[in-house]
Amino acid sequence: MNENGIGARVRRKEDKRFITGRGNYTDDINRHGQTHAVFLRSPHAHARIVSIDTKAAMAAGAVAVLTGKDVADAGINGLPCGWLIHNKDGSPMKEPGHPVIALDRVRHVGDIVAMVIAESKNQAKDLAELVEVDYEVLPAAVNAVEALKPGAPQVHDDVEGNLCYDWHLGEKDPVDAAFAQAAHVTKLDVYNNRLAPNAMEPRAAIGEYDRATGEHTLYTTSQNPHVIRLLMGAFVLGLPEHKLRVVSPDVGGGFGSKIFHYAEEAAVTWAAKVVGRPIKWNSDRSEAFISDAQGRDHHTHAELALDNDGKFLGFRVSTTANMGAYLSTFSTSIPTYLYATLLAGLYATPAIYAEVKAAFTNTVPVDAYRGAGRPEACFVVESIVDKAARETGRDPAALRKLNLIPASAMPYQTPVALQYDSGDFVKNIDDALKVIDYDGFPARCDASKKKGMLRGIGLSSYIEACGIAPSTVAGALGARAGLYESAEVRVHPTGSVTVFTGSHSHGQGHETTFAQIVCERLGVPIENVEVVHGDTGKIPFGMGTYGSRSLAVGGVALHNSLEKVIAKGRKIAAHMMEAAETDVEFKDGHYRVAGTDKELAFGAIALQAYVPHNFPHDELEPGLDETSFYDPKNFTYPNGCHICEVEIDPDTGVTRIERFVAVDDFGNIINPMIVEGQVHGGIMQGIGQALCEDCIYDESGQLLTGSYMDYCMPKADMVPFYEVGTNVVPCTHNALGVKGAGEAGTIGAAAAVINAIRHATGVGDIQMPATSQRVWQAINASAAQAAE
Amino acid sequence: MYAFKYHKPSSIEDAAKVFSGADDARYLSGGHTLLPSMKLRLAGPSDIVDLSGIAGLKGIKVEADKVTIGAGTRHNDVALSAEVRAAIPALADLAGGIGDFQVRNRGTIGGSIANADPSADYPAAVVGLGATVHTNKRTIAGDDFFTGMFETALEDGEIVTAVSFPRPKRAAYMKFPNPASRYAVVGVMVAETASGMRVAVTGAAASVFRVAEMEQALASNFSPDAIAGVAVPADNLNSDIHAAADYRAHLVGVMAKRAVAKAAG
Repeated sequence: MNENGIGARVRRKEDKRFITGRGNYTDDINRHGQTHAVFLRSPHAHARIVSIDTKAAMAAGAVAVLTGKDVADAGINGLPCGWLIHNKDGSPMKEPGHPVIALDRVRHVGDIVAMVIAESKNQAKDLAELVEVDYEVLPAAVNAVEALKPGAPQVHDDVEGNLCYDWHLGEKDPVDAAFAQAAHVTKLDVYNNRLAPNAMEPRAAIGEYDRATGEHTLYTTSQNPHVIRLLMGAFVLGLPEHKLRVVSPDVGGGFGSKIFHYAEEAAVTWAAKVVGRPIKWNSDRSEAFISDAQGRDHHTHAELALDNDGKFLGFRVSTTANMGAYLSTFSTSIPTYLYATLLAGLYATPAIYAEVKAAFTNTVPVDAYRGAGRPEACFVVESIVDKAARETGRDPAALRKLNLIPASAMPYQTPVALQYDSGDFVKNIDDALKVIDYDGFPARCDASKKKGMLRGIGLSSYIEACGIAPSTVAGALGARAGLYESAEVRVHPTGSVTVFTGSHSHGQGHETTFAQIVCERLGVPIENVEVVHGDTGKIPFGMGTYGSRSLAVGGVALHNSLEKVIAKGRKIAAHMMEAAETDVEFKDGHYRVAGTDKELAFGAIALQAYVPHNFPHDELEPGLDETSFYDPKNFTYPNGCHICEVEIDPDTGVTRIERFVAVDDFGNIINPMIVEGQVHGGIMQGIGQALCEDCIYDESGQLLTGSYMDYCMPKADMVPFYEVGTNVVPCTHNALGVKGAGEAGTIGAAAAVINAIRHATGVGDIQMPATSQRVWQAINASAAQAAE
Repeated sequence: MYAFKYHKPSSIEDAAKVFSGADDARYLSGGHTLLPSMKLRLAGPSDIVDLSGIAGLKGIKVEADKVTIGAGTRHNDVALSAEVRAAIPALADLAGGIGDFQVRNRGTIGGSIANADPSADYPAAVVGLGATVHTNKRTIAGDDFFTGMFETALEDGEIVTAVSFPRPKRAAYMKFPNPASRYAVVGVMVAETASGMRVAVTGAAASVFRVAEMEQALASNFSPDAIAGVAVPADNLNSDIHAAADYRAHLVGVMAKRAVAKAAG
């Protein structure tokens, strides 16, 4: 094996520049003559804009102050939604307008009211205070369930009852029949708390217009620059793609929140031409809390039917999802096709039916956040399975194993649209139980009791549909985009290689992982491979990074391009060595003629490709540069089992995570170190949701947790060292056998933590986040109930 | 941030003079409350008088009967001082639990008590250990220093120069941190001092307060059991998204018992 090839723990090539402060983030970029924009944002959740007076700001030296009227006068369209959902009756969802700058109504705290452009950011802030806005405050709809009730404040005049869609999946009749013959029915109500994404780097954007060429450039913190170019160019600003370049350089984390096309991107791109100078905007952290799309926020009622033996007969789920004030780019797909399709979990439940209502509210828009729909599904499934075990007096691990889809049943068609290709779910659980010493739990629990502490253990078995693609499926389900990925492999004359990928790295480590694939296939040293991404002026049209898709889709596109390069090289080698192409084999970076000692190194072939002095040009083209677009046949299905063991102090309600074990099946692994990093970070975010993170809005729609003083990020001292392992079952339908690892930790972790807390306290309905106060109250309420 | 004039005087006299001559001046010590407020445009002083250049405000002096800490001394200097740890371990523990390492490398005791954040840790030490606050004009008894939420007995322009803590017979501080900010949801200093038993609570109310009933109980029996039956009423305690008043009241009891257990060794 190549020492830096597939499977090696290669240290990340990109880290040298990151840890020495040499990263090139959007805010590190400064353009000649640059101005600075500040967005004046609504302080109200819902209000009518009576008037806006920009005269004082202009008189005090603003380069420009642009309002919703200016946007409308310029003929700029609203921000589009990328996924059309249909109602139960077949009618399309409601898609109210989402103006780049609010025209006459603001619909959430943070909605943009004006764009103030000045010579410095601080001056722009000063001038923004001089813009006089007269608001008529309106009542706000905040909670999604309440927003759907009659008489709730109306967020959009053209969306009656605030209902975006009323959608369903699965067949209702077989589920009803299953419940009719159930021996036991477990019911569950859960709220999946709303989260703020909190990427380390806040969003930023620079718009620039070149009068000489008519070209626009947008530098932006995006996970998918081509998607932004298409959405903004074609749908919002009406700019032709060959005159619009979108660059997303180093990006400091995204977690989904940088997928979407945001108003600020369109505003700086448009206004740069208006003012004739580049415009930079970067978000403050406080601003990020009220302008980055948030995640989760589901209210769910679920019911599980079991027979006498504990076999699951049917499962029905009814969810209300909060969309926030407007439809963010992929918002509508999250609580539908990325959520309800995963409600089978890992279980062979024969009948499943899910209904989802999506509501508009006067809150920040909600869209994909690490896991995106799948953590919500996993939480519902794994919570109700645990509750069913408790109610029927069964061991939670045993009940799971009784109902798991066996490896022998693969491929397995679920009742909710997906076809799982591979996985050994029983082994995941067995491995994890062994690592945590499940059988030894009672003794550990007794030891905790002696200290006056409560101890609990919780399981979560998850599966996710990742490698978000195939285009055919996505298109059939309402996606307004394809979901393939591109890769170009450009071999240079001296044998070094540049990869141009349509994927985007904002922390994932593509520059290393993708280089390892090249290293493995072509046998070139890793230092001779450069991975380029994030610039529509350089890379082929790519769909970007989200849904754990970079390796499973982008990596396979790269693999396919490498195969083309090897095939082309073989033609050249055959010519050079005067052998039949079929007799030339490629291994360890060398072309060899089978059965002879003739061989040529890959580098020699590369040189010949560009110095083709004796090529038969009618048969062999010069050059060694190949591009592939890969569109998979199916999603990939990473899966695994997480087990969490907690100790709770009943006096304070504080939960301490004692152990956290994760056994994951990501298919084949390119770089185990990077995968472990992904798992660690993902688990941390899952634990954050379970224990402390929470976007709390008050009744008027103000975000009460709008800073790190109140929004509790999980911290390193809150968690133990994770014990992670893998159970590799290669994906059956892609060339690398990979499944993706980006979201798994976040999807599985929260339910494991909460199930452990429920186990420790005996309180089955503890909700997230399980703050110390909430746990303390639950313990007290339970004790009081027991006393009665 | 709004524009302001910056001054860095080298003496207390100059600092007070600049302050009194300005429209709306603020003293800057560690800056951990003031600077974020200014960045958020919630504060806009006309003048900043930076006290960090005044040599006489820094330092720790340990004497037989007391520990005196200069107002400009950083939290980490107190937390990591072997002398403080030997003399009043509860004080070193308290300083070592403020914020995070970066905060402790900037924040100062004088800045903390002058700001009088209801959730700050140091007020529990000042009141709980029966400290004396020295200023450029006078000395103020610790019990009289904190007068309300973000309010102190300091007059306009008055500068805290040092705080002296009498060495207690035994003492301990227990804190229940807000998991988001690491400020005290509840912090309790329990001390047996020459002047009697002291139980001071920070974080729970608008300002630090003593719990007389616990002090009396501990005077006759210094054990957690002695105060197990003392309920702190939830009325007038803070209630917010992190902790309702009843939870805070309960935590006062839990933290006080744990502090007593720790102090009792």
